[in-house]
Formats: sequence, structure tokens, C-alpha cells
Amino acid sequence: MSLRPHRSWSNLAVLGIGLAAIPAVAFGVANARRRSDIRSDNAPGFTARRSFGSFDVVGRSVTIRRPRAELFRFWRDFSNLSEFMENLEKVEPDATEAGRNTWFIRAPAGKTFAVETRVVREIDNELIAWRSTPESEIETEGRVTFEDAPGERGTRVGLIIAYKPVGGAAGKMLAKLMRRSPELQARHDLKRFKMLMETGEISTSARCRADRSDQQQAGSKKEHA
Amino acid sequence: MRALTWQGTQDVQVDNVADPEIVNPRDAIIKVTSTAICGSDLHLYDGVIPMVKPGDILGHEFMGEVVDTGTSSTLRKGQRVVVPFTISCGGCFHCKISQFSACENSNPVEKQDASEMLYGHPMAGIFGYSHLTGGYSGGQAEYVRVPFSDVGPIAVPDHLDDDQVLFLSDILPTGWMAAENAEIQPDDTVAVWGCGPVGLFAVQSALAMGAARVIAIDHYPHRLALARMLGADTVDFRHSNVREALMEMSGGIGVDAVIDAVGMEAHGFAIDNMIDIAKQKVGVGADRASALKQAILAVRPGGRVSIPGVYGGMTDKFPLGALMEKGLQIRTGQTHVQRYLHDLLAKIEEGAIDTTFLISHRLPLEEAARGYKSFKEEQNNWIKVVLKPGMVTSGPTLRG
Repeated sequence: MSLRPHRSWSNLAVLGIGLAAIPAVAFGVANARRRSDIRSDNAPGFTARRSFGSFDVVGRSVTIRRPRAELFRFWRDFSNLSEFMENLEKVEPDATEAGRNTWFIRAPAGKTFAVETRVVREIDNELIAWRSTPESEIETEGRVTFEDAPGERGTRVGLIIAYKPVGGAAGKMLAKLMRRSPELQARHDLKRFKMLMETGEISTSARCRADRSDQQQAGSKKEHA
Repeated sequence: MRALTWQGTQDVQVDNVADPEIVNPRDAIIKVTSTAICGSDLHLYDGVIPMVKPGDILGHEFMGEVVDTGTSSTLRKGQRVVVPFTISCGGCFHCKISQFSACENSNPVEKQDASEMLYGHPMAGIFGYSHLTGGYSGGQAEYVRVPFSDVGPIAVPDHLDDDQVLFLSDILPTGWMAAENAEIQPDDTVAVWGCGPVGLFAVQSALAMGAARVIAIDHYPHRLALARMLGADTVDFRHSNVREALMEMSGGIGVDAVIDAVGMEAHGFAIDNMIDIAKQKVGVGADRASALKQAILAVRPGGRVSIPGVYGGMTDKFPLGALMEKGLQIRTGQTHVQRYLHDLLAKIEEGAIDTTFLISHRLPLEEAARGYKSFKEEQNNWIKVVLKPGMVTSGPTLRG
């Protein structure tokens, strides 16, 4: 099943199509296989040369030379994510409901907007998937997967995020932010995650601490921890 | 502090700049006691390496005293260390398999895009060598911030002078890896293009690895004399036809291995080199690869081609047919310095390797700009310039 621009998120939800199927083509190989859609490769779906309708889909993988369980544990605490995600100011876990988080995303001109998500699926040391709550201004879902890399190479981490800006100031801002260069952003964020996990810090060529805060805001927290 | 900064093509000056600080937990601050100008710094000086910005501090060969350490550094204040020019995290896949110069984490994320686009993969971080390799402030300064100080720097014993160990930072391991990449066998004849510091150390290393004969090629009489002093035969390309000379000197077989220690700014009168010079001048980014082209034609079928010389872009008229039809092997790359430090330091301590013969000039850091100009323009006599931030005299240049 393919995403069509006219088909809204809620329709999909009503149809009972779960997370794995939303941008089905984007979210995986197996799920994307259709008899009518015979593919000549088994590359990740998000690398396809096609659009995903009204969703902006970003997918990237990185190999990190650390044990799967360690990476899973770090990611599972969403408040850690702002250490390496550049546009993320912070994530606040909900005090009453486990797996419910509010993401505060940096927007131009010093503004932030909030996205509320709920973890919809979790497999220990393998997968965490989240989706925005119905009240959230932004429709989004994401999934991070962890699998053993061959030999001593550690863990392959795959991140895929789909956004659907839904109008309003926040939506427009998000669209702008994402369309600027979403692949670049995702790649940068995953590289920072890799640095943090493999080296305990995020590389910078800043000569002085003041230069660093100019160059880059994310990632400067770990050193004070 | 005082530091040598790049201002533009063939324009460098010593300026006042902000002192470095500990920024990350694994950092250390080194007070520089000796730092050298590298042949590859001349590529920056000549403006043929992209992404150098006015104000950038140059220098990637340096050593000194540890004066400050981050919370996760394993160095101690007061230690004397030599710092490798490549920055390596020690924790990524490439560092773990000793391919330190391919470190995945040392080039800051926001600086990786340019080299990733150019080469398909990002480069590792290098001190003082453009923003392609991280934009790190270099070692031609009074102080340097050294990231991942628990991985790179090697402590050196007090009884060895700076001049004996400084070149562990780059050119000695680079010459050594060049010879190693040539996979030298005992009966081999090895030809080395370029008798600059790396070429001379490659000559020395190839002989140490048991090559039967090493032939060094250059056109500066003094540099050729140094190669002869190390035990090489020499060919002056202004006097002799290099390919013919090498064929005759190897009994018609061709040399077994070739080492291009020249790189992207090769001298030479061949017509293709002239065209490449013109392209470089107008900024279309062509590498002048005349030494490498000549080396590929000179090496025997089944021979080995080792390239320590620096290249940054593209080249055309490359003898791809000769490469394939002769069944050559090519090995190249930035040096995996950390892989060689321990063994080479031991060889220096044993007296098996001496590097001090190379130093032709010692200058105070304040005179660094003069050092660059002379190193560039008087290559016959200015073989290797060592800058000493602590040196007060600016009298007549001391000769090594």
C-alpha cells in the first residue's frame, strides 16, 4: 500500500494500519513488498527514489562499536536524545504515563514548539517505535532499530522518522526545518550519537569553550555531566 | 598566545590569538617546545588545498609539555609528549583495526560533509590542515588543544632531545609507512620520487627493511646529496631521462617498487604537467601528478606503487592502462601514525634511526613566516625548518 497525498493520517489509523504500515514503503523492506510492486533490490525502503506523499521521511543507519543493549538503554531514556539531536532542546517524560514524552524542538528565531509522542512498540534491545498523540500539533512517528553488526563491528542502528506538517505556525516551521535538509540533519544526529557512544564526547575543533557554543549547541552537556 | 596564522595564498603571519582551553573531557593542552613546517604545509601556503580560512593556525608536527588535562585524559601535567598529526578517537571501527587516519569520530560532524561529498566518506581530523579535516587549530603556536589525548600523544624520555623525536609526529612514520606499503623484499630495487623529508625517510626506511638498492629522484643537488649520504643512488631528473635511467639501473627489468613522495605540486617539464599547472592556477582543482605518472610507467610488471605524497582532487591523463595491464598494486593514504609510534621510538632510542640530519634550520616561532617563504623558495638548502616558540634569538640562522 502506498501513501497518497489525499489519504490522511487519521484515515490510516482508522483503517487500523499500524506503525509498520504508515509509510510502509519507507519503513522497511519486508513490509514494502507487494505483489504489484516487484522490486529489483532489497535496499532499505527509505532510499527509494520516490516521494512519500505528504510525509517527509528521513531514514539513516550508522554502525556503532558498542553493545546493542547499551545503545538501546541510552536511547530508551528519551531525555538523552537532546545530547546529540541538534534541533532538539529537550525531551520531558510524562510523570504519569510511561512512554509518553514531550519533545521541545528548536525552531528559527529562538522559538520552540512541542510534539507529544507515545511509545507504541518496544522490543527489548531491538526496537523502539513512537508516534505522536492525537493532541499533538505535529503528526510524526519514528522508529529506531538495533541489530548486531557482523564480527566485532558493534551494532547497526537504523533511524527512520516520518513527519506530516499539519498547518499552523508550528507545522510550517517544521516543514521548513525538515525540508532544509532532513537527510543531512538525520545523518548528523546519528553521527553525534555514534561519537557520544564510542568516545564519550562529541568532537569539536573549537579552541576555546566560548567558540564551541557558537559552533554547536547540541552535545556540550555530556562534558559537564 | 602567539601563533602562525594563514591569511591567504603565500601569506602567513604570527599573530596574537586566544589561548586554547580544555573543551572536552579527553582533551589536553600542550605547551609547544618544537614544531616543524611540513612539505604538505606548503600546499596550504600555496592555496591549493580548499577550505582554509584566514586566521587558521597551521602546523601538524609538534611536541611539547602537558600543561592542562581534561577529566578523562590519561596524560599528566609536566609530561613531554609528541603528538601525531592525525587525530584518532581510539574507539571506532577504524581505530580498532589500527587504521587510525580513517578515524570516524575525530572530524566534527558539521565539518564532515565537504570531504564526504568529495571522497564518498569523511576524512578524519588533522591538526592545522583546513576545515576539510576539522578546522583544528594547529601546532605552530605556543599552545595547542589536543583532543583524545589518551590515544594520540606518546610520552618521550627526557634523555632524548626534541630534535631526535619531533618527527615521530608525522614524517618519520610517514616515510616508514611509505616503505611498508611498497612491500619491500630483500632483493628489491626501490625508486623514490622526491628527496624532501618524507622521501628521505622513505629511503632510510626502505634500506632498513632490507632493500638491495634504493634510487632517489629529485633535482635539488643538496637533497640528492642527503639521499646519497643515507645510502641511496640518485637520479637528477634535470640531467637524466628518469625512465631510461631506472631501466638501465635495474638491468632492464624495471624497479620492483616505486614511492611517490612528491604529491600534488610536482615539478617537471612534461607537457601534461604544464597543462596541470595551468589548471591548478585557474582553480579547476587538478592535481599535478607527473611524478606518480612517471612512477607507474617505470615500475616493473607486478610491482608495487606506494603513494605517501598528498593529493586532494582529480587528475586526468592518468595511465590507467599501464596500471591494469602491468598488474600493479597501489597503496596509499594518510599515515596511521599511532600504529608506528612505539616501534619507531624504540629504534630512535637504540640509535638505529637518526632523524636530526634532516634539520637545516631552527627558527623562533616569531620568524615562522620567513621559514615558510624560504622553505618554499630555497628548497635546495632549506630541507626542514623547526620552529621553537621558546627560542629568543633572531640572529643568524642556526644550521643543524
